[in-house]
Amino acid sequence: MTYIAKPKLHHPSLTCNAAGFTRRDYEGAVSTLCAGCGHDSISAAIIQACWELDIQPHRVAKLSGIGCSSKTPTYFLSASHGFNTVHGRMPSVLTGANLANKELLYLGVSGDGDSASIGIGQFVHAIRRGVNMVYIVENNGVYGLTKGQFSATADLGSKSKKGVTNTDSPLDMVGMALQLGASFVARGFSGDKPQLVPLIKAAIKHKGAAFLDVISPCVAFNNHPGSTKSYDYVREHNEAANRLDFIDGRDEITVDYAEGELIDVTQHDGNVIRLRKLAASYSPHDRVAAMNYLHERSAKGEVVTGLLYVDEDAHDLHGHMNTVSAPLNRLGAIELSPGKAALEKINAALR
Amino acid sequence: MNPITATNDFVVKFANVNGSGSASANELFAKSILRMGVPVSPRNIFPSNIQGLPTWYEVRVTERGWLGRRGGIDLMVAMNPQTWDADVKEIEPGGYLFYDSTRPLPPSKFRDDITVIGMPLTAICNRTYADARQRQLFKNIMYIGALSVLLDIDPAEIEKLFGEQYKGKEKLLDSNAKALHLGRDYAKEHLAPIGLKVRRANAVGERIFVDGNSAAALGCVYGGATVCAWYPITPSSSLAEGFQKYCMKFRVDPETQENKFAIVQAEDEIASIGMVVGAGWNGARAFTTTSGPGISLMNEFIGLAYFAEIPVTIIDVQRGGPSTGMPTRTQQSDVTACAYASHGDTKHVLLFPEDPYECFEFSAQALDLADRLQTPIFVLTDLDIGMNQRLCKPFAWDDARAYDRGKVMTAEELEAGKYFGRYKDVDGDGIPWRTYPATHAKRGSFFTRGTSKNPEARYSERGDDYLYNMQRLLKKFDTAKALVPQPILHAAKDKTRYGAIYYGSTSPAMDEALAALDADGLHVDALRLRAFPFPDCVAQFIAAHEHVFVIEQNRDAQLRSLIVNEFGIDPARLVPVLHYDGTPITARFIAGAIGEHMQAAKVVSIESKAAHS
Repeated sequence: MTYIAKPKLHHPSLTCNAAGFTRRDYEGAVSTLCAGCGHDSISAAIIQACWELDIQPHRVAKLSGIGCSSKTPTYFLSASHGFNTVHGRMPSVLTGANLANKELLYLGVSGDGDSASIGIGQFVHAIRRGVNMVYIVENNGVYGLTKGQFSATADLGSKSKKGVTNTDSPLDMVGMALQLGASFVARGFSGDKPQLVPLIKAAIKHKGAAFLDVISPCVAFNNHPGSTKSYDYVREHNEAANRLDFIDGRDEITVDYAEGELIDVTQHDGNVIRLRKLAASYSPHDRVAAMNYLHERSAKGEVVTGLLYVDEDAHDLHGHMNTVSAPLNRLGAIELSPGKAALEKINAALR
Repeated sequence: MNPITATNDFVVKFANVNGSGSASANELFAKSILRMGVPVSPRNIFPSNIQGLPTWYEVRVTERGWLGRRGGIDLMVAMNPQTWDADVKEIEPGGYLFYDSTRPLPPSKFRDDITVIGMPLTAICNRTYADARQRQLFKNIMYIGALSVLLDIDPAEIEKLFGEQYKGKEKLLDSNAKALHLGRDYAKEHLAPIGLKVRRANAVGERIFVDGNSAAALGCVYGGATVCAWYPITPSSSLAEGFQKYCMKFRVDPETQENKFAIVQAEDEIASIGMVVGAGWNGARAFTTTSGPGISLMNEFIGLAYFAEIPVTIIDVQRGGPSTGMPTRTQQSDVTACAYASHGDTKHVLLFPEDPYECFEFSAQALDLADRLQTPIFVLTDLDIGMNQRLCKPFAWDDARAYDRGKVMTAEELEAGKYFGRYKDVDGDGIPWRTYPATHAKRGSFFTRGTSKNPEARYSERGDDYLYNMQRLLKKFDTAKALVPQPILHAAKDKTRYGAIYYGSTSPAMDEALAALDADGLHVDALRLRAFPFPDCVAQFIAAHEHVFVIEQNRDAQLRSLIVNEFGIDPARLVPVLHYDGTPITARFIAGAIGEHMQAAKVVSIESKAAHS
């Protein structure tokens, strides 16, 4: 059972955001995941981010593949159209949906099994193409829904609940996204909501392929000592590259930071990501430096979180394809059919 | 030896080296005959190579308009030493061999029962041109010149074609005309007349000469496809490339220079169909084009689109299978793979175009049917139609034709409180209503999934919800029967107990076979199927005949299996006639197989009569 309806009755005192929705309007059905699952925290962060950004829920298309993480779109934004596709193939379906209507916000939710194992090819190519989307991988290093098998991000040498040792090297999707040309790359932790919500907001406002890897401990199968995706490990080894605030374009920028260097990243629509740098050497505008930093820290057993790279002038797939401004799904025969006269000319040329 | 004599009814085959520029010269040959009002039916025969290896072009000249492959070669233009022996062997007794005689060949390389026509093409070219590329290209034009003399092809028609091809490039026009006349002059002076002739006729009419892949691509442009996702595979690649070409011509906004189309060459066929599913879900008309191996890869998504009810158009240009099979040869061997594609209980709508005209029509119609039926629609063409130019009816389009977007609920209807249950059969035809994402702020959203659900699209594993949905899908499939292109009956002159069922590219060979059988007094009623699911008239046709031949280009009688399966017909009633060696089926083969069966049945019936008396 993955669907438990939540009562629609709202408390009259609930406040509305600028779009006229209460926070409850961004919720979905009751989650059927295990108690304490990191994925539920991510759903909550998505709800929070969309509510704070005054997004109209029905203007979001939420797509997923198959797995625990891919079930989560049922648990947020119930007024959005959702699509649970096939295992590992969410990126292609999202790409096609995006081509059909460039005006919506495309939220792809996937997991490490769905994206790093069966779906690594589609992940790679969707990022390469620069599809305008928010691609969230809820990364727990394990297959939860089939009960504890390794995924491609599982740690080398880690032991499954059934006693099998993983001998394959783990795949780092953040490193891959950087190499593949993603124009927004970040990593968060499901247990760190103050960092995660601004990251999601910034990713939503980014135009281009925004990739967000969120470490999300699996309480049932991968929260044991020795797992680098357990709550304890991430809390102890989290090396935040920066702390950030997402400042909406119309807000006055008044946040005052007392310590550390500040960088304001202004995106296309005037929204500002304000970064407080923790690492002196770190620049979110330098793809190569980001890759180096990630690898250096990873070699030391640290998990780097924060906004690792952003190109605020990125183009998206529609830009590359030079498509018309009207969504393609709104064009009819008048716009699309060349007409009878043109066909007669074609016929004449074929004689 | 009796040299063959024939006017407007013979077969010429060109044996060339791939990449030598022969393709355009050979097309010129075919078109010049067409311009004389005589139908031709050319076929490319090419192994899976790009450069330096053998390729053939077979042209059937046929005033009577038989556009199927005939079989047998009357004149071989042997330009490829690699395939010489096989090419010479293929010529009919009494036929002709035209070859480049620059290098002498021993008598053992020829045959006594054919007429040999040698022309020192390389020597003339080397004498005339200094540039190596020119020597090669103009050698081709030169043999066309010589053939025009031997066969009486009007050189003015060839020059007119040059004029059209090289409009604005007068230098090229002149040099081609010069090469043509060099060939003609040599032939007039040195070559003896032969028995094969082209005589001006009026048998082409308004018909156009086009390949099926270009036609299907154009059908997708006219039918309103805006998203195309594909992966290169022979023989379907030129369809996607044709769509690109036509879109660049017709779908660029003249004011903004922006594109009213999106084409993605995906990383594989799985991503191609995934993108088409995503675009269809989001309300754009989308298609992919592929061949057998691609269909295999797409299977999981096809099941999703069937069960989640998403419009999808798949054009399968069939080739020889299984596995990599014969990538550059033709077959109709994906019929069952497409009809029942994917796991679980699935059935899909298939359309079977017979020629480029129907490739255009059915591709445009498939986009309508996909929206109307909210399901994958397969257009099953094949290499024989797809990659060969074929004479066919001119394309037609009615400017008043609007696209049928099917049952899409609007914001106004939702606002007015109209009931919306995504998977509920409210109209009794099995087709539910859908909404595009972002239609209404509060109403009409739903979750699309490949798992079972109740009529309101909520996840459900309840048996009654599942059964309701699966039965409704069957009802929808039944509704499709009346919406798809209906079969076409060719009744025999006299009442007969023999029937024949055929489809797709078998059509031209079948027409010719029926005429040949008729001439022999063998009468067969023929029914051309144009789609699956089969309307009930197919079962009635079978019931009205004692024996029904089912003619197909595959080993396993796949369409026959569909008929047996869908109607529960006794398989003994359906006699398979199967041609699947990778070459297009011929009239000789069909008439031979059917004729033999009918003659044998006659003998048996006389014998059994004798036994009874």
